[in-house]
Amino acid sequence: MIVIAVLVAASVVLVWRRDGVDGVLQILTSDLTLFGGILPRVLAGCLLGAFIAEILPHEKVARSLGPASGIKGLLIGTAFGAILPGGPFTAYPVASALLTVGADFGATIALVVSWTLIGYGRAVAWELPIMGTDFTLWRILISLPLPVLAGALGRFVYVRMYPKDAP
Amino acid sequence: MTAALLIDIILWGSVAVVGFIALRRGRTVLTASVREGGKDFINIVPRVALGVIGSGYIAAVIPQEIITGWLGPDSGWLGVLSAVIAGAATPGGPVIGFSIGAVAIKAGGGAPQVIAYVVAWALFAFQRLILWEIPFMPARFVWFRAGVSLPFPFLAAAIAMAIGRP
Repeated sequence: MIVIAVLVAASVVLVWRRDGVDGVLQILTSDLTLFGGILPRVLAGCLLGAFIAEILPHEKVARSLGPASGIKGLLIGTAFGAILPGGPFTAYPVASALLTVGADFGATIALVVSWTLIGYGRAVAWELPIMGTDFTLWRILISLPLPVLAGALGRFVYVRMYPKDAP
Repeated sequence: MTAALLIDIILWGSVAVVGFIALRRGRTVLTASVREGGKDFINIVPRVALGVIGSGYIAAVIPQEIITGWLGPDSGWLGVLSAVIAGAATPGGPVIGFSIGAVAIKAGGGAPQVIAYVVAWALFAFQRLILWEIPFMPARFVWFRAGVSLPFPFLAAAIAMAIGRP
């Protein structure tokens, strides 16, 4: 938080020295508008995360997404990440909720990486129109194995970095 | 605008569905999760405020030409490496990230390098990490996730080189 605040403060000063007060205010108004638009979605994401944490049976999550869930857990994480609706305001609260109810780092990494690489939301809304169909489809195809591999690597490293947390 | 509206409908629809399931488990389950979600929301708002309002300034001081310059045409593995660094350093949302990728392709950048750029941007874009991932997830997880993701833009580039696509 402090690092970010310092980084932002330094950037504000740089913008101010380059563009004056007008430049600073212009960015401030556009970012405030963005912030106002995002706020309800952040609330929706937080509620989604809280509901999921509450209604998912913990022992079931621990079994299907926990450290001992094997490749199946990584595949479930990947599939969940690919179909997760919304943007970062949903993905991260939900991932965080799964982490608290018993998913391990591996499955959660698979989920986050899958959401960011093969999630349909960004691909349909932005990548397809800007990059074209050919590039987008090949990029997604190439990305398909990556969430499972990232999750597997995460598990492999995790049990060696934190041996006492191992199952 | 319609895409944003659709996302909102899917998002709040999902909230309604899981909320309904919680309600069927009992009123206390519903109120407990609403209270929990509300608490998360209140905790997160200042951080999101700092991130969203601050990131505009960070984006403003990083000129985009520098990033496109890093994505040189057919530059082999060195180009892939610069593409990965450029992807992580790209400020702003998906429009900026993909637009730079599109410009790089038009400017003669190699497909594997642009794939590496897009994948690295998706995995590590510092602004998304700072603005979204760190506020919502345990910091230990975020660093760990970013760390184990490091090889994958290179792997994606290698696959693209091997299959000669796109």
